[in-house]
Amino acid sequence: MKSIKDLEEIRKKTLDTINLRKEQSGIRVVVGMATCGIAAGARPVLMSIMDEIKKNELADVVVAQTGCIGMCRLEPIVEVYRPGEEKVTYVKMNPSKAIRVINEHIMKGKIVDKYTIGAEEK
Amino acid sequence: MKMYRSHIMICRGTGCSSSNSEQIAKNFEEHIKAHGLQNEVIVERTGCFGLCALGPIVIIYPEASFYSMVKPEDVEEIVKEHLVKGRVVKRLLYAETVTEDRIKSINEVNFYKKQHRVALRNCGVINPENIDEYIAFDGYKALTKCLTELKPQEVIDIIKQSALRGRGGAGFPTGMKWSFAAAAPGNEKYVCCNADEGDPGAFMDRSVLEGDPHAVLEAMTIAGYAIGGNQGYIYVRAEYPIAVKRLGIAISQARAYGLLGKNILGTDFSFDIEIRLGAGAFVCGEETALIASIEGQRGMPRPRPPFPANKGLFGKPTILNNVETYANVCTIINEGPEWFTSMGTEKSKGTKVFALGGKINHTGLVEVPMGTTMREIIYEIGGGCPNGKAFKAAQTGGPSGGCIPESKLDVPIDYDNLIALGSMMGSGGLIVMDEDNCMVDIARFFLEFTCDESCGKCTPCREGTKRMLEILDKITKGQGEMEDIDKLENLAKNIKNSALCALGQTAPNPILSTLRYFRDEYEAHIRDKKCPAGVCQALLQYTISKEKCKGCGICAKQCPATAISGKPKETYVIDQEKCIKCGVCMQKCPFKAISKG
Repeated sequence: MKSIKDLEEIRKKTLDTINLRKEQSGIRVVVGMATCGIAAGARPVLMSIMDEIKKNELADVVVAQTGCIGMCRLEPIVEVYRPGEEKVTYVKMNPSKAIRVINEHIMKGKIVDKYTIGAEEK
Repeated sequence: MKMYRSHIMICRGTGCSSSNSEQIAKNFEEHIKAHGLQNEVIVERTGCFGLCALGPIVIIYPEASFYSMVKPEDVEEIVKEHLVKGRVVKRLLYAETVTEDRIKSINEVNFYKKQHRVALRNCGVINPENIDEYIAFDGYKALTKCLTELKPQEVIDIIKQSALRGRGGAGFPTGMKWSFAAAAPGNEKYVCCNADEGDPGAFMDRSVLEGDPHAVLEAMTIAGYAIGGNQGYIYVRAEYPIAVKRLGIAISQARAYGLLGKNILGTDFSFDIEIRLGAGAFVCGEETALIASIEGQRGMPRPRPPFPANKGLFGKPTILNNVETYANVCTIINEGPEWFTSMGTEKSKGTKVFALGGKINHTGLVEVPMGTTMREIIYEIGGGCPNGKAFKAAQTGGPSGGCIPESKLDVPIDYDNLIALGSMMGSGGLIVMDEDNCMVDIARFFLEFTCDESCGKCTPCREGTKRMLEILDKITKGQGEMEDIDKLENLAKNIKNSALCALGQTAPNPILSTLRYFRDEYEAHIRDKKCPAGVCQALLQYTISKEKCKGCGICAKQCPATAISGKPKETYVIDQEKCIKCGVCMQKCPFKAISKG
């Protein structure tokens, strides 16, 4: 037997997991997952991004994959699209760098400059 | 529940299931496992997306990629490309979503653009066998609100203010019905759901039950609270096995959560629901016949009054609403009656689901605001008639409704306008007919149906439909006389006025409406002994054109009745006495020299 409070909890918990089926307006995090990306370690990056989003209950963030962007030497590549802002491309990612991007860029809006493609290409 | 980065929604409604969607789901699970993605990607079986013509349909989130006509052998490619590498498999996408530079979201394509899903809000979005997903999208919120914040009378007032009308056919105001039952004396009252969807071509109720069964359970429970009833019955056709199964699952899940049963959500309100299976008699969709059938008696209507609201199931006050009506209730409670009345026309508020069928490109289910025109539904959403054929008529309301001609397509659809056009809303079946359909034959088809389904209790329906069918038969065989039209009109009016229940009262509608808009076709059958659409076999004649025939003899070889004779390189001739009008010669003639008419 569930109470009204139980229902509210079920609603919240389940919504977090199935919210991606509703039209999304929030932030998109895109991981390059072509052969090059996967070989360079994109999958653990993807998994750590997902875990971090779940841990922080970020409801309006979508994680998607994409194919080869054409800069295979810089993989794993993660792109962040915030509504109304320029796309930011992070390169040579690993799980811990990815967690930092979530914590600073996604949650606080602060771009982690030193991981971006701009910093790498200098 | 675990967090998955991608959700694969596979339609397991009746339409896509019949084209193997379960196998597709199994293949997805297998290949996802083979690629080690089982912790990232989840496969969900869901309800109808509406675009049944393009089934089986698979939608992959978060991209919302809309794959259509998926075959089990396509699955491996989708997993390898889309799920492993993030590359959408363009060739399998619904073609209309693919443009040169980007992939359109599904809400931008014509089929969905004009739709507004209220009753079908969760169909295709949730897994109907998981109550948590229903709860996540505001499920059981309306019930909570009713039980904790609203008095029964306030619930009825909200439904009254929303001006919701019955979606099953007649369009009676739902709030009024509830208030009659609430006011009726007695402690024992019943809430029934009419899921005996019988109109040929209509399947919206089935889709709601298959795709969102909890929406109906929750609304029935609210109705029970509003009228002071503690027991509900869902009367559903046994021919809907998936719907029956999912309803059963939903009821047991709701009971386990204490959303059905004693002291719901810890309040002192108790309510439970049972399923009753119908054996498929059309007349059992009529409320008094349905009630008799639930009671275990032969399903036959009885005269009203007394109305079920006063004396219904087991002689107690009863409300009986249709599935789609219930499917609107929770959203009205959650969003408020003003939100609901903001959609629709003056006297018909909200949305209506239509089942598109017949000669139309996008067969399927669409939900549009009341007041949308037939032209928008048929051409913009439905994609028009296939093979470039010319539209002739749209039939609404099934065997109780009528045919609407091209000239009336711009009339906004609502209950009252359809009646003024000589048709009716019915449950929302919409069958499109093109130039190849004979309207006399269509009227005969529907009459045959009502004649078969007449329960036989009252004479006008039992005898009257039979006599009308005989006259129509005569006309389609070329034996009609001009006074037959008057006889038909006369009989139709008498049956309409004197039959016991809606089955008989509306049975003449297909005849009356075709006589109203397509009288010339009746006259052609009677006076000229011709069927303009080339459907009525007895009136057809196949002839070989002297100019076009090259004398190849293929027709004579193919004719199963050896009715064609002639010499090579001369014009062949069809012996009309022997011809059985199968049309094989016309199909096989390489020079298109044979015509019918």
